[in-house]
Amino acid sequence: MAEERRITLINYGKIDPESISDYISAGGYKAAEKALSCKPFDIIEEMSKSSLRGRGGAGFSTGLKKKFTSEACTLCEQKYLVCNADEGEPGTFKDRIIMENDPHRLIEGMIIAAYAIGASKAYIYIRGEYYKSIKRLGKAIHDARQEGFLGSNIFGSSFSTDIEIRLGAGSYLCGEELTMLESLEGKRGYPRIKPPFPAGKGLHGFPTLINNVETLATVPVVIEKGADWYTGMGTEDSPGTKIFTISGDIKKPGFYELELGLTLRELIYDFAGGMKEGVDLKAVLIGGAAGTFVDETVLDTPMGFDTLKEKGAVLGSGAVMVLGHNKSIPGMTQSILEFFEHESCGKCVPCRVGMTQLVRLISSVNENGTGHKNILDEMLTEAEFMAKTSLCPLGQSPVLPLKSLKRYFAGHF
Amino acid sequence: MAWVRRPAPTNGEESENGVGQETRTNNIEIMSTEEILKQFPAEHNNMLGILHALQDNNPRNYLNSKDLKAAAAYLNTSLSHVYGVATYYSMFSVRPRGENIIRICNSPVCHVEGSVNIIDELKKELFIGLGETTEDGLFTIELTECLGQCHRAPVMMINENIYGNLSKEKILSILNKYKNNHSG
Repeated sequence: MAEERRITLINYGKIDPESISDYISAGGYKAAEKALSCKPFDIIEEMSKSSLRGRGGAGFSTGLKKKFTSEACTLCEQKYLVCNADEGEPGTFKDRIIMENDPHRLIEGMIIAAYAIGASKAYIYIRGEYYKSIKRLGKAIHDARQEGFLGSNIFGSSFSTDIEIRLGAGSYLCGEELTMLESLEGKRGYPRIKPPFPAGKGLHGFPTLINNVETLATVPVVIEKGADWYTGMGTEDSPGTKIFTISGDIKKPGFYELELGLTLRELIYDFAGGMKEGVDLKAVLIGGAAGTFVDETVLDTPMGFDTLKEKGAVLGSGAVMVLGHNKSIPGMTQSILEFFEHESCGKCVPCRVGMTQLVRLISSVNENGTGHKNILDEMLTEAEFMAKTSLCPLGQSPVLPLKSLKRYFAGHF
Repeated sequence: MAWVRRPAPTNGEESENGVGQETRTNNIEIMSTEEILKQFPAEHNNMLGILHALQDNNPRNYLNSKDLKAAAAYLNTSLSHVYGVATYYSMFSVRPRGENIIRICNSPVCHVEGSVNIIDELKKELFIGLGETTEDGLFTIELTECLGQCHRAPVMMINENIYGNLSKEKILSILNKYKNNHSG
C-alpha cells in the first residue's frame, strides 16, 4: 500500500502555525535565503526543470508562467505577484489547510517567487469567509516583517518586497485570475478579455504573476531540495505530490497529500477507508463542480494531468467527491448547474442565458424521472456554444461535467 | 495591516466533540466612519477591505448610504461605482440584516449530504426565507459558496463560527445558544 507523502504539508500538526520561531526551527526560510543568493534566472530555470504544474486547477507550468512574467519587460517600473487564495471550487479545501496550518510556508514561497520575477509588491487575495486563514496569515506576515524576511534588503540582498492581504467578498468568479485582478482593483468581479494575459499586462496594467496557494507553498521545497529530487516523485507528466480533498460516501473524508500517479482506487480504499457500510460506488466527481464524472472503469488509471485527460477527466483542484449507489446522477448534475447559474456574473450573454437554459433542461429530467432521448446532447450543444462564446472559464465550465456524463453515465438521463 | 476585522471569537471552529463558543462579534465599540477610513491608504485596491470594515462596524451588518458616500469621497470616485461594487459581492448588503448572519452552503457536496433539509429546518425554525431577517433582528439566513469544509458536510457558518455534520437536532441547539446569548 502506498503511503502519504507530506511535502507541502510537512509541518502539518508538528508546529504552532502562529509561531515563526517554530517554522524557522523546522528549517523555515532557509530556501528563501538560498534563493536570494542565486540569480533570479536560476530560480526560474530550477522551477522549469521541476516541471511543477499549477495546483489551482489548470495545471499550467509554474516555471513558464514565471518566465513569461519575468521577461515581460526589463525596465517597467512595477511588477506584481498575486497569490490566488480565493478557494471556492466545491469539494476543495487544500489551500485552507495550508494557510491555517503552515502560513509561513506560503509566505516563504511568495518571497522566492517575487524575487524570481522581480516583484516589489505582492498580494494575497483571500476569500472573506476564511476568517481563520486571514487571521493566521495576517500574524505570519507581521512576524515575517519583524524578522526582516519581508521589507527592504531581505537577507542582506538588494531585493525588497512586501506582502499585503486583500479580502474577497463572496464571489466564486473572483477565483478566475483576470476577474481577481478586477476585484483587486476595487471593481465588480467581471472577467477581462484576454489577451493581454496577466504576465504581460495584469494588475494596474503591470506584469503580474498569479499563482495558487498550493503552488506557491510547494516552491520552497523545490528550491531547497532541487528539481531533480522533486521530479523523482509522481509521474513524468505530473511530477511531485498533490493534496487531494476527498468527500462524500467514504468512511474517512479529509485531505491526503499523495504522489501523483496513484490511482483513484488507492485514494478511496487505501486512504479514505473505502465506501461507507452498505454503499456501493456509483460515480466519482473529480476536480469540483467544474470537474468531471467518472465510473469504476477509471479507478485504476494513474492520476496525473495528462493520464486523466485521456479518460475524458480532469485532475483540477484535486477535489474528489465519491457518490454511492443511492445518489442520483441527474440530481447531482442539477446541483452543479444551479451552482453555475447562481455564480454567472451576467457579463457574457451566452453564459447568463445558457446557464438558465441548462438548469431548465436538467430540471425537466429530474421532474419527469427521465428526459427525452436527446436531452444530454441538447445540453452539450448549449454548453459547447457557451464555452466558445464566453470570456472566462465559468462559461466554459459546464461542458466538462456534461461531456463526462455523456461518456460514462448517458444511461441515467 | 491596512484592514480591520471585528475580533475573531476565541473558538472560531467547532471542536471535534462539541460546538464552538458563540461569541457575538459585533459587540465592540463602534468606530466613526472617518476613523475606519483613515486606517486604509486611499487606493482603489482597498475598496473591498474598506467596505468589509465599514459593514463589520455596523451593528446591523450592512452598508448604509452614509458609509457608501463617505467611501466614495475617500477613494475619490462616484457613489454609483461604490454602490455597484457593494451590490455585486454576496457578503455585502445595502439593507439592514440580523445581528447574526447564518451562511449556509448548498454547493454540490453539501447538497448531496442533505443541505436542503437543513435549509428547510432553518426557515421553519426562524419563520423566514433565504435572504430574509427575523422580526427580532437576531438572524439573517443567506446562501454561501462552498466553505471548504466538505469533509463534514452539510456545513453552515454563523458570523465567524463554522458548524459541520449538521442535523435537524443540531440546528435547534445551535440556534438556541445564539438566542440565549442574546437574552443573557
